[in-house]
Amino acid sequence: MASTPLSAQEDTNRRMLRARDEMDRRYAEPLDLPTLAAVAHLSASQFGRVFKEVYGETPHRYLQRRRVERAMTLLRQTDRPVTDVAWDVGFASLGTFSRTFSNIVGISPTEFRTAHQPVAVPSCFIAAWTRPRESAAPETAAPETALAETAVSEKREEVDAR
Amino acid sequence: MNSNHITSLHIRSVPVLDQDEALDFYTTHLGFEARDDIDLGFMRWLTVGVPGQDTSLLLELVGGPQHDESTATQVRELVTKGALGGLFLQSSDVHATYAALRDAGVEVTQEPVEQPYGTDFGIRDPFGNHVRISQPNTATPAQVQDAYEASAQ
Repeated sequence: MASTPLSAQEDTNRRMLRARDEMDRRYAEPLDLPTLAAVAHLSASQFGRVFKEVYGETPHRYLQRRRVERAMTLLRQTDRPVTDVAWDVGFASLGTFSRTFSNIVGISPTEFRTAHQPVAVPSCFIAAWTRPRESAAPETAAPETALAETAVSEKREEVDAR
Repeated sequence: MNSNHITSLHIRSVPVLDQDEALDFYTTHLGFEARDDIDLGFMRWLTVGVPGQDTSLLLELVGGPQHDESTATQVRELVTKGALGGLFLQSSDVHATYAALRDAGVEVTQEPVEQPYGTDFGIRDPFGNHVRISQPNTATPAQVQDAYEASAQ
């Protein structure tokens, strides 16, 4: 049985996966939609829509969940101050971090740290299995129309807002 | 031996979308040895493995008759979305392995990170399957757990 070329959808999936991997790898850096769209070989305006079609959430929300997952690990595994954890995972203010964390996880970063202990399994499994699921709570960040044109980065958004 | 008489993990299937491309990736980039490459008529039985180790990977083309067309399409989509399992390999020099793969243009999902159990990084095969490569340190599981707990105090 001969292999068949990627269908258009499979090719799209593969390019979206590269963009998602870029967020996984560079979660702590300022990332904007044009940068991620370039990874996926799409325009910025197309990227947000297609990413959501493939993964069921916006790039911004995925990046939020990635950052919060990393924050959960740092809160569980280290004694770094919550403010430092917020900065380490890509947030520019404690307020935005706490609000986003509570929105996604359901409890505050401090409450989470108190309730969870370190676990000793390979980090990729921790990352995959502790990634907070999309909850019923709506996104609290910028509206989609703004994300489609500006940034998926918390840092960038907050720097711009100053 | 346990009561089920199972002695080893012999073959593990990896879903691929192009067997030639898969064979090139797993042998050229990951250093696996080609083992069976047999045209059975109904399928190409293609296996590779780490030299010196018995377990083989079956580079299995998605789309065989065990799946209807709709299911095969779904599996291909899951592979390309990175939603199916993955491999966990070990290296004797994880930084050298990383450098070679990076320089060869392999997709890196995470640069090497020091962990209490060793150092590891992640890549994708050409189809979206996740491959994790680590170099364990000499810590026992108990010592790894202690290191995690100590870092949290």
